[in-house]
Amino acid sequence: MRKAQVNWEKRILKSLNSMCTELGIPLARKRPVPEQNELTNKWNEMGTDEPDLSKFRPVYAPKDFLEVFVGLKNPNNERSEDLTVRSHWGLIQVSLNGRDIPQMREMYPELGLTYGQLGIDDHTHVPPDLFESEHIHIGKKVVSEQDSAAAQQYSRQGCPTGLRAQLWSLILNTTNDPEAITHYEQLKARVIHHDLLVDNLIYKDVKLTASNDDYYFVFEDYLYQVLLCFSRDTAVLEHFNYNCASPPKSCMQSKSGSEQCAVVYPPNGVIPFHGFSMYVAPLCFLYNEPSKLYSVFREMYIRYFFRLHSVSSHPSGIVSLCLQFERLLQTHLPQLFYHLREIGAQPLRIAFKWIVRAFSGYLSTDQLLLLWDRILGYDSLEIVAVLAAAVFAFRAENLMEVTSLASAEAVLADLSTLKVMPLLQIFLFATSV
Amino acid sequence: MSAKAVSCTIKSPVALQIGDAVSDSSRPGVYITDITLAEPVNIQEISFKNYYTAYVTVRLQRRQGGSAKWVTCLRNYCLMSNPHAEAGSHDYFSIYRHQMLTEPDSVTTVRLILRQPSSEWLNFSIEEINIYPCAKEDSERDVPAWISTLTPVEEPLDLNGLPDPETVSSSIQQMWALTEIMQASQTAASIGRFDVDGSYDVKLLSYT
Repeated sequence: MRKAQVNWEKRILKSLNSMCTELGIPLARKRPVPEQNELTNKWNEMGTDEPDLSKFRPVYAPKDFLEVFVGLKNPNNERSEDLTVRSHWGLIQVSLNGRDIPQMREMYPELGLTYGQLGIDDHTHVPPDLFESEHIHIGKKVVSEQDSAAAQQYSRQGCPTGLRAQLWSLILNTTNDPEAITHYEQLKARVIHHDLLVDNLIYKDVKLTASNDDYYFVFEDYLYQVLLCFSRDTAVLEHFNYNCASPPKSCMQSKSGSEQCAVVYPPNGVIPFHGFSMYVAPLCFLYNEPSKLYSVFREMYIRYFFRLHSVSSHPSGIVSLCLQFERLLQTHLPQLFYHLREIGAQPLRIAFKWIVRAFSGYLSTDQLLLLWDRILGYDSLEIVAVLAAAVFAFRAENLMEVTSLASAEAVLADLSTLKVMPLLQIFLFATSV
Repeated sequence: MSAKAVSCTIKSPVALQIGDAVSDSSRPGVYITDITLAEPVNIQEISFKNYYTAYVTVRLQRRQGGSAKWVTCLRNYCLMSNPHAEAGSHDYFSIYRHQMLTEPDSVTTVRLILRQPSSEWLNFSIEEINIYPCAKEDSERDVPAWISTLTPVEEPLDLNGLPDPETVSSSIQQMWALTEIMQASQTAASIGRFDVDGSYDVKLLSYT
């Protein structure tokens, strides 16, 4: 798997280099002073600036990444070509450990039918005295005690909208003290001083994804402010200590011209791909100060989101999540899986884009935030794979009637009306095993 | 802690299976590897790298008096918690003396019985086997020559106009105390500069 990651990184570097040479734009340069002043003035409304982005294309899209996993094969693995009951019907052919439903019931007891949940028991027809008011009361206590571990345990049953911002920053241990604000201002200064090619990729990504989304287009300016600063934050490099990926490097002549030094490009080592800005967009609903928004996003990235776009065997890594999704589907919905396979619509090809973005941009925002509450509460992305399987279970009847990949995608195109918590609860606790 | 590994000959693994090894199409689930030691050793540690072996049993042949006896010192030690999954398949393991059922003293041969019940894998084995003997209490290592030539008695130093060592060392100690205070009061935040001397003109990325 390490080889696959290294090859994948080489492909990305080649793509970026060729874009750079084709367009004749340097990967990084210092901004001339008039341009710096202009950017400082326009900092809060960068969305109005429309640079010519037509020649830029995203470095890669999630479906390119999926092809890397599909090709992952262990030479020591016995894989016959026949489709038997024992073989794995899905695309991922790596034998990683995964949990089945009985084990997940033990892992996620707070999602059970006997526990109150925000997302189910706060519905208008349920009297608030049953669960909601007590839960909010406990939440207020947790926030006033500033107890991070309690906040994590609490968010397993959902965070009330009014307390979510504080609870998440408690769990992620981000503060808005002067040090954090100064750090953000420093990053902003670096954005103004240096211009990176990666900035154009970010512009393009925001314009293509968040700006076209009904829920997130209002936050366009915030997204630029966060993502441009994120690219220049060298503190992010520390996460490569536990990430199997490595940051891209380049050789540079020092100013004296005497020696070559290796620098990391971009400074944070992360090359954004198509859809990257969707990791930030939902957070804009919670935080309106750019420095706070930035700290929370950075912490979420270095804890969770980086696993969604690097090849590793970690249980929360994207390969394990995809395998988990396929296994759950094959075990509990075998007829559906077989039918979809036969019509050439491998389920992972449809679900991959949901998993890689942790459902951002596919669910409605309040439902997405309830899902991300549980990601933080259980400190794992496994719940994303479970939800993907639960969505297929929910639409199983319609899917059994389709006859092509395109119609299968049409059935699953619109998830904005789905309620996340009932789906998860039914799939985990009401499926017969 | 561990001295150099003892030299040993590792024989090629022998498969145990029912039927003819050549014509039978099913793969073996048990391999046996013998390791012969040049002379009887008290084993401290056996270390190896796994390659898809699920369980290992270790048997020792000990030479006691004139006779050689086989004992089992580790039975079905689990290397892969789920034989069908990748976890533990490439890990490094060490088996220590205190984990063994019997004392691994005067060992002449070590027999490793490898089992992999899962049909997922085409091959399995263990690699890079090293056996470490117990460190001897009465070490016969030579005392390095410079230890024996240390001056046993402090002779009065000939200063030749240099300042008194006692005063110099006390002032150095004060300076050291100051630097410790400075280090302790530094913030944990890094400066995080990514440019080199103010310039960050990157032309192309390098593939290494």
